[in-house]
Order: sequence, then C-alpha cells, then structure tokens
Amino acid sequence: MSEPLIFNFDVDGNDFTSAGQASVQIKKNLRQLGLSPETIRRVSIAMYEGEINMVIHAGGGKAQVQVDEEKVTIILEDNGPGIKNIEQAMQEGYSTAPDAIRSLGFGAGMGLPNMKRYSDEMNIESEVGVGTKIVMKVFLQ
Amino acid sequence: MKLYEHSVQLEKEKCKGCTTCLKHCPTEAIRIKDGHAVIKDARCIDCGECIRVCPHNAKKAVCSTLQDMEKFKWKIALPAPSLYGQFDNLDDVDYVLNGLKKIGFDQVFEVSKAAELVSAYTRMYLKTDGVKKPAISSACPAVVRLIGLRFPSLNDHIIHMLPPMEVAAKLAKKEAKELNPSLKDEEIGVCFISPCPAKASYVKNGFASYNSQVDVVISIRDIYFQLISTMKMDDNIETLSESGMLGIGWASSGGEATAIFNEDYLAADGIDNVNRVLDQIENGNVPPLEFIELNACIGGCVGGVLTIQNPFVAKARMQTLRRYLPVSQNFIDSKKGYIPEDYLFNELPEYRPISRLSSSMAESMRMMADIQRFKESLPGIDCGSCGAPTCRAFAEDVIKKTACAEDCLIKKNWAQKAEKGKNDDC
Repeated sequence: MSEPLIFNFDVDGNDFTSAGQASVQIKKNLRQLGLSPETIRRVSIAMYEGEINMVIHAGGGKAQVQVDEEKVTIILEDNGPGIKNIEQAMQEGYSTAPDAIRSLGFGAGMGLPNMKRYSDEMNIESEVGVGTKIVMKVFLQ
Repeated sequence: MKLYEHSVQLEKEKCKGCTTCLKHCPTEAIRIKDGHAVIKDARCIDCGECIRVCPHNAKKAVCSTLQDMEKFKWKIALPAPSLYGQFDNLDDVDYVLNGLKKIGFDQVFEVSKAAELVSAYTRMYLKTDGVKKPAISSACPAVVRLIGLRFPSLNDHIIHMLPPMEVAAKLAKKEAKELNPSLKDEEIGVCFISPCPAKASYVKNGFASYNSQVDVVISIRDIYFQLISTMKMDDNIETLSESGMLGIGWASSGGEATAIFNEDYLAADGIDNVNRVLDQIENGNVPPLEFIELNACIGGCVGGVLTIQNPFVAKARMQTLRRYLPVSQNFIDSKKGYIPEDYLFNELPEYRPISRLSSSMAESMRMMADIQRFKESLPGIDCGSCGAPTCRAFAEDVIKKTACAEDCLIKKNWAQKAEKGKNDDC
C-alpha cells in the first residue's frame, strides 16, 4: 500500500480566534480526495473539538492528519498540563475550562466525548505536567 | 445529465484580465486564461459576486427582456419584495403594482404575498417530527448550491419548501384561470422581477426533478426606468397589494427568520459569512437552533446585484413602507395540519463531488502529495498573476494539468534575477 498522505498543522494557542482553522482546511483536502460527506463531517468535528481543546487547555500544540486508503488518523500533541483523570475527563459535561472560555460558549464538557463519538478509535496518552497525545482513527466506509 | 445553464456571463471585449473577480469568487470558480476571466461552470453558484466587483462591468447576468413576454396572451408580473426598496418616498406598494400594470402586465401577484404563506407553512413544517434541526431555509438558490458543493453533510437540513417565487407563480396561474376560465396554460406567462442572477438560473434549470413555474425573469435593473416613468403618485390607483409586514420583510436579511415566530434562529448574509456559518454548523459549534436563514448577498435580497439601490438605503426605505402595514394579510387553515403538495419539492440536486481530484482514491492521494510538494516551491503570496486565485489553487491546476508550471511570474522573476547575478542591485 502507498505511503499515507500527511497534513501538518500548528495550532496556535495564543490566538483563540484562529482556533478551528485546521478543521476547515482538512475538510477541503478530504473533499478533494473524494471521501464521503459523512466521513468528512466526522473527521472535521473530531478535529475541531481537539483543536479547541488544545487552545483552551494546553496553549496550542501540533495536529497531524494522516490519510491512507483505509482510514483517516488524527494525531494531536501538546505540551500542556496533562489530564489528571482521563476517565473523569471523558464524562459528558465534565469541564475544567475557565469561566472566560465558558462565556464564549465553549467548555461545555463535550469536547472529549464528541471526539470519541465521531471517531472509530480513540487513544489518549497523558502525563500531568508533560502533555497529552490523542490519536483518533476514522475508518472509510 | 442535463447541462446546467448559468446566468453569469462574461463580455469578453470588456474584460481586462485583472484579478478582481478571481479574488472575490467564493468557490474559486474563476481563472484568468489568455487575458480573460473564465468561469468554471461546475463550480459557479451564480451568487453574482463577480458582477458586483468587476471594475470594468465585464460581467453580466443574462436575463430576459419585456419583449420575451409578448408571446403570452395573459401576462403576469411577480415583483420580488426587494423591488419596493428601490424607490424614493414610496409610501404605498400599490404605486409600484399599478405601474407594472401600466407597463403592460395584465395581472400582478406579489411574491411577498406568497412569502407570508410560505412562512405560515414553514412554522408548521418546523413542528413536524423528523425534521433535522437546525433547519436551513431553501429560499436563496446560491446558498442551496453552495451547500450542495461544499457542505453535503448539511443537505438533509434544507427545508423542502419551495421558495415564495415558485409558490407565487403557481397561485398566480390559478388566479388567472379563475379570472379568465377560457385561458389555456400556454397562453399564461409569468414574469419574475428579480434582484439576483441565481433566481434566473433557478428558473432556467429547475431544481433537481422540479421544473420552475416561472416563464421569464427580468432584472429589477432592466425594468426600473420604464417602471419609474409610469408610476404616478396620485390617488387614482387601484388597490392591489395583499401583503403585510412579514411578507415584505423577506427582502432583507432576518426578515424570513422573523416570520418564523421563534427566537431560536440565526440569520446570516454575505457569501463569506454564510460560508463561515455553514462551517460552524457542520462542526456542531452552534447553539441549539430551530431555523437558519442564509442569504448570499449582504443585506439579503435587497443587496442583490441586479438591484439599483444600496441595500442599506433600500432597507431603510422599506422600514418606512412597512410601518403602517398589518403584520400579515395571508393566513392558512392551520387546523388542516398538513402542508399542501404545491408548497413542497421532493428531492435536492444530487451531490456532485466536483472538487475531487480523481475518481480513484489512490490517484487522488498521489495528486494531493504532488500538489503539496509543488505548492512548497511557490512564493505563497497569492498574487493571482498566474490566473489562479491562490498559490494553492495554482498548484492544484498544475497537477490537474489545467495550468502550466511556468505560469508563475514571481518564480520566473526569481530565476531571472538569479541569472543576472548578485552584483546587480536594481
């Protein structure tokens, strides 16, 4: 099988207004590859939620999207505070987002649950004080 | 498949090959080839943005003329509500409607009247089980085409109600036959007076399996001067208007949404804003909403490229015009509890994945890798002088073999400079 196609994005943690840009760009790329609308929607939501999380909690990070003929893999890596209790963080409605972010309509505690819902596989590695790495896979139908 | 006939066209001799339209096209449908703008039909959504921005007036909308109505025995005018915003000191819609009759129309049917009925049924529609929320209005044809092109996953959010123009055409024909039972179908001609080219395309091409009931589309611009010279602001006029604030309100952004009587709505206008809103809806990043109104033109239909007046002035005029009107003059029998067939369409146009690079995924991936590599070699200033709107679009064109790698003037310039040597400072 051929090499996966790789798209890299820097998620800028200092500019909240630009959060979500990578997800718009990836949507365009996946359309050009001819993926189904449903797959594109799932990838873009998972990516979007991940991007927002990195901006809110980790001061930004790196996003990589790999596409091969079977799946889309989204790898999000940051050097943020890490997640203390992953199980708790996965609960719907649980959030540690500051009030200022909540007043913008974010931080509803749906980020991680949505990422899990819209991907077929999701793996979280996190170490407090070091950072978080999330790998999500969406298989092509 | 039937070829889609666009209403936006280029007058080649006027086009200087500048990059203005190239830069403003929301779907990157324009390229400059051999010194002239070329529109890629499959990507054009008829929004009219290029007509609006062209400094040389080289883009135009192809509409019909009043002469095209001559072949009909019974001529019906369907004025768009935005028409009413084009006149100074207008305090009564009837002056406009009477003016249309003086021009030679036998019957006038306000689109704003149909709009009030469409709003009433939309309120019912939104309460129906199984309707996907947020429900997106289908009234702006450019928006519906944009969704089909870029946001296929939102296709099933589009409300399956016909736009007021179509409902008006159907009701007007019925009314004509009641007035003159001897009239045959082919003797009745319906003419929409339009603020935008997208409506003209809609009429020409139909909508998936639906064929438009409008026969002729004339632009507000084309009829304006003839109309204004026949409009007499005197007392001796016939009372013709049958619409209220809600129907006329459809002319500007937010008007259609207001008529839903539900505060959980969003109304956005201007094609770039519409794009951003759709991106956010697709990401699930909007509050729970019932209804979304999207208009390709800034200000809504009053901002259409075929209007005369600045959209904000037009909107201000219409506020005055609406002041003493009843809320609505058209009502439905809500006890019946169902929406008549006449108001609905069955299917949306099929999703056309026109941006895909190749029909094979493996080949698409190879091409995408080449595009990325080639793009790295480009200056990244998106100057447009190669004829593509951005360096990225140029890279795509080169890999798709619709453009030449040598067309990048900046790179050529770099190469020339390198050849001249480092001693040359100028």
